Amino acid sequence: MDFTLTDDQVALQEGVRKLCEGRFPMERVRALADAGGVDRDLWRELADAGVFSLRLAEADGGAGLGTAEGALVFEELGRALVPGPLVWTHLAAGLVPGAAEGERVVGGLQRQEEPFLVEYPDAIDVLLAVDDDGVWEVDRSRLSARPVSWPLDPLTPAHVAGGLLRGERRGVPGDAARWRLEGAVLTGAYLLGMAAALTDMSVTYAKERQQFDKPIGSFQAIKHILADMFVRTEVARAAVYAAAVNLDEPALGPPGRAVAGAKLLAGEAATLNGKAATQVHGGMGFTWEVDVHLYLKRAWVLDTTFGTADDHADAVAGLLGS
Amino acid sequence: MDLLWTEDDERFRTELRAWIDQALPKLPPATKREDWDARRARDTTWQRMLYDAGYAGINWPADFGGRGAALSEQLVFYEEITKAGAPDVGVNFVGLLHAGPTIIAEATDEQRARHLPAILKGEEVWCQGFSEPSAGSDLASLRCRAVRDGDDYVISGQKIWTSFAQVSDYCELLVRTDPDAPKHKGITWLILPMDAPGVDVRPLRTVIGSSEFSELYLDDVRVPVANRVGAENDGWRVAMVTFSFERGTSLVSEMVEARRQLDELVKVAKVVTRGSATAWDDVGLRREIGHAAAELDALWNMVKRTVSEAARTGVPGVGASVVKLYYTELIQRIGDLALRVLDRASLSLDDVFEHSGHFVEERLRVLALTIAAGSSQIQRNIIGERILGLPR
Repeated sequence: MDFTLTDDQVALQEGVRKLCEGRFPMERVRALADAGGVDRDLWRELADAGVFSLRLAEADGGAGLGTAEGALVFEELGRALVPGPLVWTHLAAGLVPGAAEGERVVGGLQRQEEPFLVEYPDAIDVLLAVDDDGVWEVDRSRLSARPVSWPLDPLTPAHVAGGLLRGERRGVPGDAARWRLEGAVLTGAYLLGMAAALTDMSVTYAKERQQFDKPIGSFQAIKHILADMFVRTEVARAAVYAAAVNLDEPALGPPGRAVAGAKLLAGEAATLNGKAATQVHGGMGFTWEVDVHLYLKRAWVLDTTFGTADDHADAVAGLLGS
Repeated sequence: MDLLWTEDDERFRTELRAWIDQALPKLPPATKREDWDARRARDTTWQRMLYDAGYAGINWPADFGGRGAALSEQLVFYEEITKAGAPDVGVNFVGLLHAGPTIIAEATDEQRARHLPAILKGEEVWCQGFSEPSAGSDLASLRCRAVRDGDDYVISGQKIWTSFAQVSDYCELLVRTDPDAPKHKGITWLILPMDAPGVDVRPLRTVIGSSEFSELYLDDVRVPVANRVGAENDGWRVAMVTFSFERGTSLVSEMVEARRQLDELVKVAKVVTRGSATAWDDVGLRREIGHAAAELDALWNMVKRTVSEAARTGVPGVGASVVKLYYTELIQRIGDLALRVLDRASLSLDDVFEHSGHFVEERLRVLALTIAAGSSQIQRNIIGERILGLPR
């Protein structure tokens, strides 16, 4: 047992962080709102860096890495708030041609979601639906779709859609079951990165912002909010990393409980930290100009995907005492 | 990142489990909470059995008679001891987890030879004389005075929250030796024999109704200078060594027990009836229990992370304060859930049905955890200032 990152994992983490800092500074992320959330050139750069293919076998053009490495990569994408259907395209790599290479942008949804909110409708080439029977490529010509003029998260544009969600089969029931677990962990990792970024930006602000002739971070009322943000993030980190390792190592037993706990705690860390960050930033936290709202809104969006907090708490309860 | 136990860890687990299985029946049964002589006898007997089997001082270095186990083996040790329902450290808590490690780190060879083997064998029970009525979270403001007189210190003052004082042989005592120095610079760490003339132990009744803690009145008590650990006026630094131990390992067995208790609570919830349904059929209650279980799982993994970091770097990571803060608040929420599951059975500390009284007693006991060993508010200050670098 050694629950620390290996040197290779640290290098991967640093590499993706550098890529995000260079290619996805906040002004560029914000600008993507006008491009449907995805810029094709940047998307291909993510693909070249292995974001979508890293878990494919080397023979299939991947890096042969595990969910643990996937989680580290998605944590960094979340820290930088990189928009787009990253998790879906990553899951689709190997099943949908062009996904791994960044040639086709793949979006998706869970079949039980009604009404169907299709994310990134103008950016995606392929829409997948996952249900108990498998993974389906939706024939979008058979959907009725109405654009959302005012999305909650400006970086998650959406259509309200209706109609038939099945089309050509892309995966068997086993794929669907695996996708739900992997999608929950990778989304959890993305939320974890967001929670950490929210803590960092709030700590920085609390050291700079002066009131009553002192930095506000010197007041315990603020200091304790920040301490709780940090603690929540670290507890979520332990949960997300453990769930990822559990998916990679069958000898650790069924991963369901660890995965549910990870998505639950990471989602809470991001949403609670988003609200705390708004409070610490005071009036500025309520402005469009400060980035906090973009994180909070994305956290709320992601809390609805790959299982809600309530779904996952119920799932853990269902596995207790058994 | 690797969460599989090594073959060495698994072999250690198998041996330990086999030993516990044959050792535990030889131990006298648990005694009444307030029978302190019997509690001391049971806890020290178990300590002696651990010593004879080579398991005493699991976290102590081998050079000082401990097992010198790898950190992962320590986790296995606490898991197996707790799962088997074997005693935890009990009255040996201060000796094994506070005073002993401090003596290892800071004492003279003579002091080590005098006390360490005795602690490991269960021959010496220790208590802690740190807090005072007017020095709680602001511990460094302590006033208990020690004045040098020849080869002795003469000590007068009062201590409080001294656990197991009524059955202790020694006390790790913080005293003020220089009242004119800044508060952190005038403190000294002493070994106080509890049978010294002028030591008066007055048990303190807690909210549980029992007396784990005492007040300690010291009236012109003479302690040889040879009993000082570390330099005069350097006691604050010496004491900080103890704190890092306290926040580190002492919650581990508690956490293993909490996971067992939560499973127990689920069993109870499945049989307690509410009209035509059980407590477990209450979707809201069940969801909150699931949530708490996820948090406990995550904290246990956080312990593994902290332990792994310590094994790799040699220094405990930032985990200790985080785990302490989160766990103690979580276990109180779990206590609230237990009362909701028990409903009217929560009126009784006697068992209304199997183990129900224990859940009620636990709800009371864990009230202390967010206060003792650095309150939650102090932990948040530590995290804010030392980890996040916020100004004081």
